Amino acid sequence: MSEFAIDVRGLVKRFGDKTAVDGVDIQMPRGAVWGFLGPNGSGKTTTIRMICGLLRASEGAGTCLGYDIATEASQIKNETGYMTQKFSFWEDLTIRENLEFVARLYQMRPLARVVDETLESLGLTHRQNQIAGALSGGWKQRMALAAVSMHNPNLLLLDEPTAGVDPQARRDFWDEIHRLSTDGMTVLVSTHYMDEAERCDRIVYLANGKIVTEGRVEKIIERSALVTFRAEGDGVRALSETMKRQPGVEHVAYFGSALHVSGTERDRLEQAIAGAGRNGVVWHEVRPSLEDAFIALMAEAGADQRVHA
Amino acid sequence: MNDHITRIGAIFAKELVQMRRDRLTFGMMLMLPVLQLILFGFAINMDPKHLPTAVHVEEQTPIVRTLLTALRTSEYYDFVLETDDPRESDRLLASGEVAFVVSIPAGFTERLIRGERPKILIEADASDPAASTNAVAQAQIILERALRHDLTGPLQNLAAQPGPFELIVHRRYNPEGVTQYNIVPGLLGVILTMTLVMITSMAMTREAERGTMENLLAMPAKPIEVMFGKITPYVLVGAVQTGVVLLAARFIFGVPFAGALWILLLGVLIFVLANLALGFTFSTMAKSQMQAMQLTFFFFLPSLLLSGFMFPFRGMPGWAQGIGEVLPLTHFLRVVRGVMLKDASFADLQFDFLAMTLFAGAAVSVAMLRYRSTLD
Ligand SMILES: Nc1ncnc2c1ncn2[C@@H]1O[C@H](COP(=O)(O)OP(=O)(O)O)[C@@H](O)[C@H]1O
Ligand SMILES: [Mg+2]
Repeated sequence: MSEFAIDVRGLVKRFGDKTAVDGVDIQMPRGAVWGFLGPNGSGKTTTIRMICGLLRASEGAGTCLGYDIATEASQIKNETGYMTQKFSFWEDLTIRENLEFVARLYQMRPLARVVDETLESLGLTHRQNQIAGALSGGWKQRMALAAVSMHNPNLLLLDEPTAGVDPQARRDFWDEIHRLSTDGMTVLVSTHYMDEAERCDRIVYLANGKIVTEGRVEKIIERSALVTFRAEGDGVRALSETMKRQPGVEHVAYFGSALHVSGTERDRLEQAIAGAGRNGVVWHEVRPSLEDAFIALMAEAGADQRVHA
Repeated sequence: MNDHITRIGAIFAKELVQMRRDRLTFGMMLMLPVLQLILFGFAINMDPKHLPTAVHVEEQTPIVRTLLTALRTSEYYDFVLETDDPRESDRLLASGEVAFVVSIPAGFTERLIRGERPKILIEADASDPAASTNAVAQAQIILERALRHDLTGPLQNLAAQPGPFELIVHRRYNPEGVTQYNIVPGLLGVILTMTLVMITSMAMTREAERGTMENLLAMPAKPIEVMFGKITPYVLVGAVQTGVVLLAARFIFGVPFAGALWILLLGVLIFVLANLALGFTFSTMAKSQMQAMQLTFFFFLPSLLLSGFMFPFRGMPGWAQGIGEVLPLTHFLRVVRGVMLKDASFADLQFDFLAMTLFAGAAVSVAMLRYRSTLD
């Protein structure tokens, strides 16, 4: 048994002239919960698809759960659960029928009990006879998670599972992820939410098909060498435009009614803030958040890389 | 092996539920045989009347008038033209403006009275045989009855003789004269081709369009399992359709059933599998359900036209027969008509069984070559 759940090197995927994934290395230990981040179009979905054998890599090789991603796709499929970015269960079937279908495909027995237990553990019992297409986003995602995890896979690949889901449902969803992780599943989850990223053991940040940074949350913040000041008070609104133009200010972002102003060079940043004046504004230095670090990373990588928005 | 069956079963069960839930399609599959039977079957059986007719008479005598009046009052024939110029009546028949030309030659009355059995010619546009069959069959009776009624006095003994005149029927454009016995059994093949190819041609395109394909591929189902799981429910649909048509053929249209049922059912099974496999192949090619539909019609049209359903097979040019021989419907029609009408044995039909089996095998192979188990 390979010590890594995912061990891929130099993965490249080209679609025609376009290189969607450009030399990605991932060594993810078993049992971990990793976050997969990056702007839209950076290649997260494509990477995940190559890992679970749904797309053939143009270059590079590797294993998933010890199976070769190029030649042993069917073993990989047996032991992984892959939740697609777009809801891909059968909208004309009920929750129960969807789960029954999955349970039959994985030959789980006794069928009725396995399905009952899965429904129960995800709190879907009372909705089991609802048509999946009529569910709200949050319930759909819960059902999808139930379906991809019911055969007790060793690895869960979740592609933006909480996009468009309300905060309470997101929290419940993450509780579920952690419960599955405690059961021994390895989880790779792609997301755009910073609070979710902070719940992960490690983060892999992708831009333009390349890994830009990777590591523990604190390390990533530390490595960004960012200095952040927070401005609060009535004068904040007037401040944001002028601050953006100051030398030494790399980016400016609102956090609620407060403004975060960040840069990598402390001296120039402090000068800029001093120059901005203090009428109606209170400044103090804060620890840069992961979001600050990522905004900086995204600015470097060139924001949104989607070809088709 | 067990694994295969379980997974085929999983897909089968899912398809069955989806099929049941898609009320419109499901209803269509069951209503289509009924509808087609009504459209084709009744239209054929219904004994059409008031068919446009041109009359080409070269003499005007009371007896000729009597005969023509009898034809007209029978309601089968509506006279649209009376002429003594055969070229004119011929033109109307060729252009399809009339279905019949009734010709009575000069000297008819005189020869009738002398007992020389003069000829009356009915030319029928048999390219639509269903329309003309009954009217032609009735003509002899109508004309004889009229004569019997009208020949009185010294001519009475003429009427008593069998066949005072000779009725000659020329079926033009379709020498074989297909009958409704041919068409109702043939309809079984047409209905199965149309519904089954169409429905399965969407089997995979629907999954692709709805985005469920990625999910299906991410789970451990092999292409062949997906294929059999997806087409098996429609074997049941085909069975129901076959039952409907056979019962209707027997009890509504009175089509005889001369041969062995098992040969027919074996033929149905192979034919159904061939169509389902073909539909599945289409579904691996089509990028959208719309394209799948177009592919189906691309196949359905030649099947309808070149299989011997619409036009007599032997009447077609060589190249058309060549294409026809490839189509499963051609062989299925031979099996159905052979079994139902001619009491054909399995040995008589073995070539047709072989041809259908080869077609089914080829369709399955192409489908498997085309089925991608990745998203590339
Ligand atoms: N099947 C495909 N054919 C062509 N281009 C694709 C295909 N799938 C993805 N891409 C392109 O590859 C890039 C990466 O896409 P994706 O992996 O979906 O990114 P992400 O999941 O990070 O948003 C995008 O530019 C996208 O348009
Ligand atoms: Mg994506």
